[in-house]
Amino acid sequence: MLDDTDRRLLRQYLADPAQPASALAERAGLTTATAWRRLERLRAAGVIGSRKAVIDWRRMGYEVEVSLRFTLDKTTPRAFDEFLAAAREVPEVIAVETFLGRVDVRLNVIARDMAHYADLYRERILTLPHIVDIEALMLVATLKDHEELPL
Amino acid sequence: MNLPDDIDRAILRLLTEDAALSAGEIGRRIGLSQPATWRRIARLRETGVIAGERVVVDRERLGFGVTVFLGIKLATHARHSARDFERAVTAIPEVQVVQHVLGLFDYRLRVVARDIADFERVLRRRIMALPGVGNIEANVLLSEERRPGPL
Repeated sequence: MLDDTDRRLLRQYLADPAQPASALAERAGLTTATAWRRLERLRAAGVIGSRKAVIDWRRMGYEVEVSLRFTLDKTTPRAFDEFLAAAREVPEVIAVETFLGRVDVRLNVIARDMAHYADLYRERILTLPHIVDIEALMLVATLKDHEELPL
Repeated sequence: MNLPDDIDRAILRLLTEDAALSAGEIGRRIGLSQPATWRRIARLRETGVIAGERVVVDRERLGFGVTVFLGIKLATHARHSARDFERAVTAIPEVQVVQHVLGLFDYRLRVVARDIADFERVLRRRIMALPGVGNIEANVLLSEERRPGPL
């Protein structure tokens, strides 16, 4: 499992996955070769996966982001599967999460502007199957968003 | 600023899958020279279309078995002190995401914890101690999936 050196390395790596191996190693107090070997081991073990670019959708012309929280009809056995399959067909859905709690599923939906959002909502969201209730949270600002863990 | 064109979108599709791909490899896949691809990637980074990179980690294997989304409403009398709340909440290491939203809640938080007992500790000692906190709703994350979005 993880030792203290792994934890130190991971803390630095998660803080900035794009940093060069040499900078990462220095911050973790390791040689570049050791840091690289340990990261490779964690990758091989499936603890860390691939790096992925994060897109700023506003810069792609999508000004609106809404978090839609759904309650589904749980008396229908396949409600979750059918809802999720249909939601994946909507290109403007950028994240799908399922929950245990008052909310069953959350979708992150982006739109170019409010008119576009209104169209999407009417034609692609309200038509998703097995919805009992929807709540919308309109994103105003993201104050913090990272994948760091208090290791 | 001009919005990214179809070639940029093809590049983004590949980089959101694997940010470690070289310009040469991306160029080969989309039929563009290495220098031209490199220039486009550099521009996408400079203009902030690529906001950064994230790494997919198996949180459970790293000892963080519980992820909870919290909806927080500030107490009515505390509206004027939203800044204090924001400063304090973004400093909590277990809080990965803080978003200011409009709707049923004022803020959405993503909180990681080792287990439910650890989550209770974070909730009681850290979250409920924040200045101005009113109502809190918690939903435990069961699954999450990032979608490619409208590329």
